[in-house]
Amino acid sequence: MSAKRKDQLATAGLYVIVGIIITVLAGLLGFVFVKGVPQLSWQFITSPPQIFKEGGGVGPQLFNSFYLLVLTLIISVPIAIGAGIYLAEYAKDHWIIRCIRVLIEVLSSLPSIVVGLFGFLFFVLYMGWGFSILSGAFALSVFNLPLLVRVIEQSIHNVPKSQREAGWALGFSKWETITTIILPAALPGIVTGIILASGRVFGEAAALIYTAGMSTPIIDFTNWNPLSPTSPLHPFRPAETMAVHIWKINGEGIMPDAAAISDGAAALLIISILFFNFTSRFIGNLLFKKMGAN
Amino acid sequence: MNVVETIEQSVIQTENLQFYYDTHHALKDINLKFEEKKITALIGPSGCGKSTFLRTMNRMNDLIPGVKTEGAIWIGKENIIESSIDPVELRKKVGMVFQHASVFPFSIYGNIAYGPRIHGERNKKVLDEIVEENLRAAALWDEVKDHLDQSATGLSGGQQQRLTIARTLATKPDILLMDEPTSALDPISTAKVEELIQTLKEHYTIIIVTHNMQQAARISDFTAFFLNGEVKEYGQTATIFNNPLNSETKDYIAGKFG
Repeated sequence: MSAKRKDQLATAGLYVIVGIIITVLAGLLGFVFVKGVPQLSWQFITSPPQIFKEGGGVGPQLFNSFYLLVLTLIISVPIAIGAGIYLAEYAKDHWIIRCIRVLIEVLSSLPSIVVGLFGFLFFVLYMGWGFSILSGAFALSVFNLPLLVRVIEQSIHNVPKSQREAGWALGFSKWETITTIILPAALPGIVTGIILASGRVFGEAAALIYTAGMSTPIIDFTNWNPLSPTSPLHPFRPAETMAVHIWKINGEGIMPDAAAISDGAAALLIISILFFNFTSRFIGNLLFKKMGAN
Repeated sequence: MNVVETIEQSVIQTENLQFYYDTHHALKDINLKFEEKKITALIGPSGCGKSTFLRTMNRMNDLIPGVKTEGAIWIGKENIIESSIDPVELRKKVGMVFQHASVFPFSIYGNIAYGPRIHGERNKKVLDEIVEENLRAAALWDEVKDHLDQSATGLSGGQQQRLTIARTLATKPDILLMDEPTSALDPISTAKVEELIQTLKEHYTIIIVTHNMQQAARISDFTAFFLNGEVKEYGQTATIFNNPLNSETKDYIAGKFG
């Protein structure tokens, strides 16, 4: 077979593979949207669920998903950036460091149900936080940190050495070089890592069942005092998220329109993830411009 | 080593400078004096130690693990290899330009204003002046003055290199170290950067590493020939190129090796 023929075959093969992937993806999204989008309405997005009758919504669950995400990111991103900077810029090639890397890899492939049970034992029981958003946020931080650390370390590592040298040669200290040159240059990669991690937070159910819980108390969306137990911001209240809600009503939903609600919630979850992806890219670009000292 | 002429007025002087990468003795007993506001070219084959030597002068080698510097590098009255010297402060006085123009992925303005800003200058008007002054000094102002807010990565290779020179000048160094600043550029850009280097010697003492013999001959006042970590010959450029005393210098310049 000639080289040209092989080349044609390989190209055709790649197109077929890409075609399969796109078909599967489009089919999946299409299925979810076709079934789910008709269920969406302002009422559905804002009102609380009904247990026995039709017409319930997923308002609190939607809010819980975003609030949990924000809390998780507040906890995990600073730690991950610190660890990423350390591993990429300070860590020497030493057996302890190699062990740490292996441990991070192991941790990143930990099944989420195991993380959930750990969270139950440690945050819910030992720390005494109960089934709460905070327990959920910490469990998800444990779950996400390995991925975040690796992505951030890699994007810091990918900033060319010449940029570091240029910073040093201009009389910047190592820390100034890291904060003013390396981090802005690594920002697109860091944002990608945060988006990947966020997708996992949105979609995670197993790790949350035993930590954030499967119920939402009656919350009052006019009360924004985080210390009040009826406030949506109260960190020690249980908080069922969209993904957990979908899982729950599929298993034990006794409302007559359970299937429709589950379809609608699935579509809404995907839309939320897309929305979050685009906004975080947008914020990332803004931040990049700002840090770029224009 | 032959010092052909004694150089008076020197701002930098090395004294029995030794440098090691772990056990590899990369610089052997370097004794050089660099004259103020002149251009000195460092030439020699790859791996001869000329870039390593350049990097001892702003202590960039400190960042490599397992290196050791001995002897002295006097800048003014200070031996800058002493641990009491803060390399971060030193590098503000001894600027460096690299082979590959490493512009930051920021705007043209941001690239120049960066150093002064990090070093504490906040006044927008002063920063504007610094940007204009240094872009003018780097002969880039006329080409970029209308789009200072555009990304510096969109400039041509030659413009990027002049931008990194302007950026280095903005930290107000006395000495400029240049590590093959034109080796990644096309001939026209090279000519522009060379022209710039010649005008810069009015205000700066310049030490330039180059692989290009013609370049060394064209722009430098003094030339040092490095081989295997030693300085084989040092003197006025015209003398080194026309009447080298050392036979290895002669062979290298004639293109017999390297």
